[in-house]
Amino acid sequence: MNTDGADPAFRVVEQTVRESYGKLVAWLSVRTRDVALVEDVLSEAFVSALSTWPRDGVPDHPVAWLLTTARRKMLDRFRQARRTAVVDTTHLEQLPEIAVLSPELPDERLGLMLACAHPAIDSALHAPLMLQVVLGLDAARIARAFLMSPATVSQRLVRAKTKIRDAGIPLSIPDVEVLPQHISTVRDAIYIAYGTGWEATPGEMQTRGLATEAIWLARLLPQLLPTDAEARGLLSLLLFCESRSAARRSRTGQFVPLSEQDCGLWDQAMISEAQTVLAEAAAFRQPNRFQWEAAIQSVHADRCRTGTTEWPVILQFYGELIQAAPTIGNRVGHAAAVAEVHGPRRAIGMLDELESPLIQFYQPYWAVRAHLHHRLDENQSASEALTRAMALTDDPAVRHYLSELATGWAMPTQ
Amino acid sequence: MQYALLIHEPASEFAKRNGPDAGRYWAGWMAYSQLLRESGVMTGGAGLEPPTVSTTLRMNGASRLVQDGPVADSKEQLGGFYLIDVPTLDDALAWAAKCPTFPAGAVEIRPMLPPPPSA
Repeated sequence: MNTDGADPAFRVVEQTVRESYGKLVAWLSVRTRDVALVEDVLSEAFVSALSTWPRDGVPDHPVAWLLTTARRKMLDRFRQARRTAVVDTTHLEQLPEIAVLSPELPDERLGLMLACAHPAIDSALHAPLMLQVVLGLDAARIARAFLMSPATVSQRLVRAKTKIRDAGIPLSIPDVEVLPQHISTVRDAIYIAYGTGWEATPGEMQTRGLATEAIWLARLLPQLLPTDAEARGLLSLLLFCESRSAARRSRTGQFVPLSEQDCGLWDQAMISEAQTVLAEAAAFRQPNRFQWEAAIQSVHADRCRTGTTEWPVILQFYGELIQAAPTIGNRVGHAAAVAEVHGPRRAIGMLDELESPLIQFYQPYWAVRAHLHHRLDENQSASEALTRAMALTDDPAVRHYLSELATGWAMPTQ
Repeated sequence: MQYALLIHEPASEFAKRNGPDAGRYWAGWMAYSQLLRESGVMTGGAGLEPPTVSTTLRMNGASRLVQDGPVADSKEQLGGFYLIDVPTLDDALAWAAKCPTFPAGAVEIRPMLPPPPSA
């Protein structure tokens, strides 16, 4: 078999995998409810394609060919295993005709994504499951991104797929009463997937982070659910964040805080796309968490044009954000914006009001607090907070940045 | 799919069965059972006496170990169950959400095993 990839048949297989993988998994899973089995037979079908297409030529409808092959393999499995699960094979038997008649598969990925992020599935698995089932990422890659062992990830993903099958988790779009709640778990999972790459250095990002994959999913969601304003808010937010990825680290890999970033390194095309998507979201007049977060990022992005950061506008958006999502992170961000507009004293007062169990191990709280005390020349408090912030970061580059800061402030850190 | 809705209740709910609030307590369950029956989703079920009258048996070889009380001494105990037949877990969740045990109790939704494959 020719494995150098030069054969056009390989390229067609590769392209079909990239463009149609999630759709194929969705279409077959909706009809069999067995995601793990579908993944198995699909990967066998891709292997068959790799061995037969270079020999016999690429079929007219590659997707239909793959579906037909996957279906045949699935029926074989059903017969062999005499599976006890109740499976309606009517659709499977009709499959060849359907596939040949319409080479364009109907897109049922939203149902698949909703199943992956169903509230009955452990929320820690929503993002890993979606990345594997919709994008075909392997467990090792997911494990690296989520800092888990590959064996643990594989085992937990298998269990989750079994639960989808045996607990009757729907692979369809639910009623309007529960749809908003279920969609919010899908958005959260995509957001979490994006966050995996956040602390990676530029060199690591390709292997460790899943930012590209997360943005791919975030682009998909508004296509599948055009009326969801927050799906666009999420996409806009991720694009704003991603537009700055080249500026977040110096050439030597050092951490560069937003206020010191060279905005010449920001990706202007991505920023402009983020702004367009945010404007589309705003047109729905259903502002919520991700839209407010994106709006805050859009103000930061304006610094490139105007040379200044409009902190009063950011503060106003933070006010809305903490109404929509009063998380600890958002409240700390709110306090930081208050410091820029009303001074550090008032912001420290707000930080003091946060409940201690929440902030004890929350790194950004201590980093912000250190800066605020420093601005008030309260060196003892600044030093204590900075030491805490350094201890709480997992990221060597951030720890290094903070220790440089301590040196610059001429303070000892314990 | 067939599901069992397992109703787990705290002692305070069991106490209501014979307390001053018994009328309201039972009326809620009657109405719920009637709703499930009339909608055609219910295939079975039973209310259970409280865990204080429960007996647990273990076998040590041929000798019986009989104990007073339920298997697990947890804060919430099985108070009854319904068997329902609905298309998906979301439908089962929607029915469970109407259960009068809330907010005190909890409902576990467990799929029933499908019938064994015919030879």
